[in-house]
Amino acid sequence: MIDSSSTTGHVTGINGNMIVVEIDQGSVIQNEVAFVTVSDMKLKAEVIKVVGKNCYLQVFEDTTGIGVGMKVDFTGNMLAVELGPGLLGSIYDGLQNPLGLLDNKQGFFLQRGQYKDPLSREKTWEFKPVVKVGDKVRGGQWIGEVKENFLTHRIITPIGMHGIATVKEIVSEGTYKITDTIAKIEVNGKVIPLNMFQDWPVKKAIKAYRERIYPEELLITKQRIIDTTFPVARGGTACIPGPFGAGKTVLQHLMSKYSSVDVVIVVACGERAGEVVELIHEFPEITDPKTGGSLMDRTIIICNTSSMPVAAREASVYTGITLAEYYRQMGLDVLVLADSTSRWAQAMREMSGRLEEIPGEEAFPAYLESRIAGLYERAGLVTLHNGEKGAVTLIGTVSPAGGNFEEPVTQATLKVVGAFLGLSRKRSDERKFPAIDPLDSYSLYIEQMESSLNRDLDRDWTKMVSRSRDILRAGAEVGKMMTVVGEEGISLDDLVMYLKSELLDFTYLQQNAFDDVDCASDIERQVVDFKLLYRALTQDFKFNSKPEARQFFTTLQDKYYQRNYYSPDSDEFKKLVGEIEESLVSGGNSLV
Amino acid sequence: MFKEYTRITNIIGDIIELEAEGVTYRELASITNTNGDTSLAQVIKIEGTKVSLQVFAGAKGMSNRATVRFLGHPMKVSYSGDLLGRIFSGSGQPIDGKPPIENAKDTEIGGPSVNPIKRVVPRNFIETRIPMIDIFNPLVESQKLPIFSTPGEPYNDLLARIALQAQADIVVLGGIGLKFDEYIGFRRKFEEGGVMDRTVMFVHTAADPVVERLLVPDMALAVAEQFGIEGKRVLVLLTDMTAFADALKEISVAMEQVPSNLGYPGSLYSDLASRYEKAVDFEGAGSITVLAVTTMPGGDVTHPVPDNTGYITEGQYYLVNGMINPFGSLSRLKQLVIGKVTRKDHGPVMNAMIRLYAKALESKKKISMGFEKTETDEKYLRYADLFESRFMDLKVDITLESALDLGWKTMSECFTPFEVGIKKDIVEKYWPK
Repeated sequence: MIDSSSTTGHVTGINGNMIVVEIDQGSVIQNEVAFVTVSDMKLKAEVIKVVGKNCYLQVFEDTTGIGVGMKVDFTGNMLAVELGPGLLGSIYDGLQNPLGLLDNKQGFFLQRGQYKDPLSREKTWEFKPVVKVGDKVRGGQWIGEVKENFLTHRIITPIGMHGIATVKEIVSEGTYKITDTIAKIEVNGKVIPLNMFQDWPVKKAIKAYRERIYPEELLITKQRIIDTTFPVARGGTACIPGPFGAGKTVLQHLMSKYSSVDVVIVVACGERAGEVVELIHEFPEITDPKTGGSLMDRTIIICNTSSMPVAAREASVYTGITLAEYYRQMGLDVLVLADSTSRWAQAMREMSGRLEEIPGEEAFPAYLESRIAGLYERAGLVTLHNGEKGAVTLIGTVSPAGGNFEEPVTQATLKVVGAFLGLSRKRSDERKFPAIDPLDSYSLYIEQMESSLNRDLDRDWTKMVSRSRDILRAGAEVGKMMTVVGEEGISLDDLVMYLKSELLDFTYLQQNAFDDVDCASDIERQVVDFKLLYRALTQDFKFNSKPEARQFFTTLQDKYYQRNYYSPDSDEFKKLVGEIEESLVSGGNSLV
Repeated sequence: MFKEYTRITNIIGDIIELEAEGVTYRELASITNTNGDTSLAQVIKIEGTKVSLQVFAGAKGMSNRATVRFLGHPMKVSYSGDLLGRIFSGSGQPIDGKPPIENAKDTEIGGPSVNPIKRVVPRNFIETRIPMIDIFNPLVESQKLPIFSTPGEPYNDLLARIALQAQADIVVLGGIGLKFDEYIGFRRKFEEGGVMDRTVMFVHTAADPVVERLLVPDMALAVAEQFGIEGKRVLVLLTDMTAFADALKEISVAMEQVPSNLGYPGSLYSDLASRYEKAVDFEGAGSITVLAVTTMPGGDVTHPVPDNTGYITEGQYYLVNGMINPFGSLSRLKQLVIGKVTRKDHGPVMNAMIRLYAKALESKKKISMGFEKTETDEKYLRYADLFESRFMDLKVDITLESALDLGWKTMSECFTPFEVGIKKDIVEKYWPK
C-alpha cells in the first residue's frame, strides 16, 4: 500500500480559484487537503473532484502567480479543525487561522499562505481528571476538565474512536499545556497517548452521543417578537431571510449579545468586515450577566468576510458548526449564528460553475438542497452517554436575490428549519424594527414547546399568544380595507380592532435595539408586559365615536410605549403601569 | 529573457488564446499587433499549454500573428505623491497631456484584503450639508455607500457636491464608462471647487475598450490604499459601478461561464465585494471612504447589480425624481455616530420624522383615492409639504445642527408632543415652547 502522505502532483490548469493537478505518484482522497508551492509560499487547497489521473482542487487563497508545472503536496487528511481549550474568545478565519496572531507580523493585510496553530501551544491549563486507571471509556467521553474563561471545558477522548477503551494512565491534577500527554488509553490492543486537543474533519458531524431528543425548551433571545410570537427551541433551527437593509445584521448582533446560552459562535460568512469589527471591539467591553465575564469570553467569531477567498467561505460555516458540536459534547448549550448562508451557497455555486457541472435553478448546483439540509441537521438537542444534555441551535440568515423569498436558497432552507423569521422591506422602510413580518413569519416550535411554555411562563401562554396573532391578522385586514373604503367605510368595532393591532405591533412587537433598556427584554418581563397588553387587546371597549376611540388609543399606546424604556423597578415604570391599569378600568372615559 | 509568441490560436470577443509555457495565473503580457499597436493583456485562464488572456485595449483589429510577450508579474499601478492633480486612463496611462509619473512605486492592484482585526470601528461623522444625508442617513468615515439611481438623475452632480463639501484629504475618482461630457463636468467642478490639486482621476469613457473598465476600480482603490496607509483620509468616487458589472458580464460570457442571473457571472457578489471592501479605517493610519453610483436598469432595485451591491455596501442613497428618498435610503453605520458624536436628539428626531412622513404619504394616498379628509389627515398633509420643501429638496444646504432645529420646528407646527412617538425626556427638552 502506498502511503498517501507521499502523494505529489503538478499543476496543469488554473481557472479562478480552481486548479487542475495531475498526480505524479501516490493515491488521492476526495476532500483531502493539499498544498501548492508558489515560489516560497505554500497555498492550502482541497480536492473536490477526481477524474482519472487528474484532480480538481479549490484553492483557499488568491491564485495569482500559480503556473503550470508547480508542485502540489497532498496531506492525506480532510480539512479539519483543532478542538481543545482556548477556542473561546478567539477570532478565526474560515480555516480556523487565528486572525489575532496573524496580525503581529503582517501589518494591515492578510498575506497568502500564512497558517498558524489555532490553539496556543504555550498556554497552560489547570487540568483535573475525572476518570481513573481501569475505567472504561468510549469515544467523545469526558476524562478531565479545565476552566476555560468562565466555563468548565471537558477534555474528551478521541471523538471518532471505535469500541470501548480502558484508561491505562491518567495524570493527576495539575498544570499542563494542550500538547502534554494527560492520559493513555488502550483500545483494541493498542495503547494511545492522549493530550488535550484533537483534530476533527469539518464536513463530518460529531455523533458521539447517545441519542438526539425532541427540543421542547425555549431559547431566550430577549427579543419580544421572537420569544413570544415566533419562539425558537434550544436545539432547534431558524432562518432569517430578508432583503438588504432590513436589519438582519442588527438582529443577529442582538441575538449574539443577549441570548441565554453558554457559548455563542458567530460565523460571518461572506459578509462585510465592518460587521465583525463591531463585535470584535464591542464584545470584550460588555459584561455577560450570567458569568460576570465579558461577552467575548463565551464567544467564538469565525470571520470569512466577502473579500476573503471564496473557497474558505464555503468552509467557514462547517468550521463554525463543528466547533459548536464540540461544545455540545461537553453538555453545553450552544448558539450558532450563520450570516449569511446565501453567501455560503454562492461559494458553492462559483465552484460548481468552474467544475462545469450542469446548473440547477439560478445556476446553483443540484446538490444545493441536500447541502443546506445537511448543515441544519447538524443542529439539535442530544443526550450524551453520561446522561447530560447539550444543544446546538442554528440560526442562519438568508440574503435572497431581490428580496424575493421564492429563490432557491430561501426555499431549500424553509424546508428544513423550524422557525421562519422573515424580514420585510416594508416594515424596515417604516422603521418598524425588528422588521420581522408578524403575518408571514411562523414558528413550528410554539406547538412543539406548548407544555413547557404553559408550565414555565403562564398557564394560558400559548392560547394568549395565538389570540394576539388573530387580533393582529384581523387588524391588518381592517387596515387593508381602510385603504380601499376609507375610515368612514368601516364600523367602529373594526376601527377598534385595527387600533388594538397597532397597539400590539407598536408597543410589543417592535423593540428599540439602540435603547439600553428596551434592547433586551427578560422573559420574566415579557410575561408581565404581555399580560398587561393582553388585557387591552381583549377588553371590550365602549366608545361613542371613532375620534374618541382614536384619541383613547393614541394616549394608551404612548403609555405602553414609554413604559418600554423604563426598567421594571423604576418609579416611572410603576407610575405608567398604574395609569395604564386605570385607563383600562375606566375604558377610556377618564382620558377623554 | 521573456519569450515571445506569435501564434494566437483563438480570438473571442476581447479574449485571445494561444499556446505558451511557463505562464502564471493573472500574469501580464504585452501585445504588439502587426500594425504596430500595442496593448497590455492579462492571463485569466490556463489549461495545460493553452493560455487565455483578456486584452485591455480590446481585440478589434487583432491579427493572429500579433506578438505576445509575457512580463512575469501581475498588473500594477504606479503610486507616488505626484499623482495628485493628474488624470489617467483605465490602463494607467496619463491622459492629461503631462508626462508619465517618475520615481513611482509599483503597487499590486486587487491586493489582499485587510485583516478584520486591523480595522477600527468607524466613528467620524462626515457632514455633507445635505439634510437627507446628515439627519436621516449620515455618512461615516470609511463607509462604502452607493447612490442608487435611475439613468438621467443628477447622480454625478450629487457625487461631485459631496466630494467638494465633505473635506477629505484626497479624492480619487474612478470613472467607469463615463460620457465624455460627464468626465469634463467632474474635472471642471473639481477645478472650480479647488480640490483638483488633491485629486487623482482614473477615467474610462464609454468609447474606451471594455476590458479597461474592469481595471478602473482596482487602480483607483490601490492608489487610495497607499494614501490611506500613509495616514490620509481618502474619499473614493466610483461612477458607474453598473458599467463595471456589465464589463464583467461581457468577459464571463466570452469565457463561456455559466451565467447565474440575467447573464451576470455567479461570482458577481464576490467581484463587487472585493472592491467595496477596500473601504477601511486603518488602525493608526488613514481611511478610505467609498461613494459609488449604481444605476438601476429600468429603475429596478432587484436587478442583480443593485441587489448584490445593496448586500455588500453599508447602506445606499436612493435618488428618485431629483431627491434622496427617505424610504429605502439607509446608512448602516449611522448608529455609530448618531447621538454619539451628534446631538442627543438626533436619533429620536430622525425616527419620528420618517415615521410621520410615512403616515403622511398614507393619508395622501387615501385622499387621492377620493376619501374624506379627517382632521388627522390635514395635519399629516401639512407636514408632508413642509418636509419635502425643507428637507428633501436637493438644493437645501444647511448644517446638521440647524437641520435638527428645523425638524423640531416642523413637527411642532403640525403635531402635539404626544403624537410624535418620542421619549418623554427628549420631547421635554427640545420641543419648541
